[in-house]
Amino acid sequence: MVGAASLTEAPPEITLDGLLASPRGRDLLTCIQCGTCAGTCPYGDVLDFPPRRIIGMLREGLIEEVLASDSLLFCVTCYSCMAKCPRGLRLTEVLLPLVKEQIFARLPEVPAELQKALMNTLRYGNPQGESAKKRAAWIPSAGVPVRVLSADPRPVDVLWFVECYTAYHPRGQDNCRATAKVLHALGVDFAVLGSEEKCAGECARLAGETGLFETLTDANLKVFGKYRFNRIVTSGAHAYDALVHEYPAHGLAAPVEHTTPFFARHLDVLKPRLTKKLGYTVTYHDSCVLGRHNGMYEEPRRLLQALPGVKLVEMAHNRINSLCCGGGGGGMWLDTFFKSKGQERLADRRVREAVATGADVLAVSCPYEVSRFEDSLKVLGYEKKMVVRDVVELLAEAMESPEAKTP
Amino acid sequence: MNILVLMKMVPDIVEELEIAPDGRSLDGEAVRPIVSERDDHALEQALLLKDKVGGTVTVLAIESRDVDEVLFTALAKGADRAIKVCGVETLLTATEAAALLARVLPTTPNLMPVQVIVTGCQAIDDLDGVVAPALAERLQLPYLGIVTGVEVEADGSRATVFKEYAGGTRGRYGVRLPAVLGVQAAPKPPRYVPVAKVRAAMKARTLECVEAPAGDEASLLEIVAMAKPQAAGRAEMLEGSPEEVASKVAEILSSRGLA
Repeated sequence: MVGAASLTEAPPEITLDGLLASPRGRDLLTCIQCGTCAGTCPYGDVLDFPPRRIIGMLREGLIEEVLASDSLLFCVTCYSCMAKCPRGLRLTEVLLPLVKEQIFARLPEVPAELQKALMNTLRYGNPQGESAKKRAAWIPSAGVPVRVLSADPRPVDVLWFVECYTAYHPRGQDNCRATAKVLHALGVDFAVLGSEEKCAGECARLAGETGLFETLTDANLKVFGKYRFNRIVTSGAHAYDALVHEYPAHGLAAPVEHTTPFFARHLDVLKPRLTKKLGYTVTYHDSCVLGRHNGMYEEPRRLLQALPGVKLVEMAHNRINSLCCGGGGGGMWLDTFFKSKGQERLADRRVREAVATGADVLAVSCPYEVSRFEDSLKVLGYEKKMVVRDVVELLAEAMESPEAKTP
Repeated sequence: MNILVLMKMVPDIVEELEIAPDGRSLDGEAVRPIVSERDDHALEQALLLKDKVGGTVTVLAIESRDVDEVLFTALAKGADRAIKVCGVETLLTATEAAALLARVLPTTPNLMPVQVIVTGCQAIDDLDGVVAPALAERLQLPYLGIVTGVEVEADGSRATVFKEYAGGTRGRYGVRLPAVLGVQAAPKPPRYVPVAKVRAAMKARTLECVEAPAGDEASLLEIVAMAKPQAAGRAEMLEGSPEEVASKVAEILSSRGLA
């Protein structure tokens, strides 16, 4: 077993000032100013400074002008510009976080919802502002035993990092119960951190609140260090992204997986248990972080195709072209801000496309998407036509006895 | 212009409150202190005044658990000075706190005179809002409470204070300074300060400590008992088809003489 997190020195931080001097920053100078980034950006027509213009301004020493505009709050860090950049520039990984950090520090006023979410995350470890003590409140309803490490600190194979929307949101808790059930069926030795777990902080970082991200990283790494486990499996797509791309630089040594690919890897064992015929037509929404940033396009589809009585249909925009739900980079708490600027919620755009497929289930792998898409279905009047289900929820449902009633 | 903000911690009601074994106080272990929301608005009001007319903002709090973080946050937001009243062992009632503050303020080095003293007009453990008027009385200063906006003359001699009444009526008051103002809400929500700035303040700034001078004011109030709310009857959920539910509703109404 690797002893959880071995804390090493964090690498020197790149700042916007030092960016162009760094190897990754020098790459930005190879931008050919083609504008593909602005064209593929879901809010490209709203941004004063899409990546192409930011790089141009940076080259000309005019970055202060960029930093004075708050329009980059519209960047929902969907990785579309980075995925499409013909020069392969690390726009969403390198450039945008640094620029967003500077803009955030200069904002005369942080939009109220985002401010509340950030303050809640700092104080309670979750953006909803719920008591940390209630983070494991879903466990008694899981229907299977779920070990909490603070109560039983024996070494464990899988540390399940539940994450906020899964742990607290009523629909997220459905995902929790489903995940616990499937882990249990697989015979996985797993445990959770319960009230010791805090938000992984990915959205805080990509909203520009780097200090909050570091506070959360420190707290989570300290807790990881208390226990012995082989690997982390997380329900949070954004938590996965932070744990796999950012936490190692702060000292996390354990391998990290997201629940969807984890279960896809165990599909052979699960298959004989998938006995209930579901009778759904399902369309799958690729989450930006699992899809474009981490290339996991096929794992969720393999799971869905293995479910009895499920017909998988694709939306016009799928895989690398998937349309963002608008929840990344702090967008989860900027709906009111976007509306106040006369802009549509991206989730509404996505749900229209999902409904157009004729599917009756919109399957997702990111806990943010459940509430975002359910809200959109209601707002657009489609709530009778389509439901939103996490892939793991569908998996757990297919494991029920064939006679069990559909919820 | 010198502005003094009085801040304090209150139990965070997001966490479950527990009653201590003595049956008359909250279990300190279970309680997690949070800055009183209206005091946070008082700080915002002070910072808005400073943004507009200049001067200094000093924050002062009686020492209590987690108060340091609140004071450093105030410094990171733009306060010039943060002072803790140290050596207070017991939890003070509102009148005791007002008496202590009235003794501390005149003896704190380089603090007085201030033109405006702002604090929350209420706190969840001081619903009557006693601290600010009791302090004003002891300092022989005018007091205005339930304040939702303050404007000051550039020379710091007078202030115009706004209060809100039921039905959207707004009152405008003139008051000579110095005065004590009990803030209900600042004109804008309390500003956000990035965590990195708070961390920087913790490294670069210091909190001043002044010893609490002895006093013998006895509180006029005694807490007799505290109890958690008892659940009385619970709601009964009517289940079944719409027709079944409708007939159950009709039955209940007629059985209670309501139809």
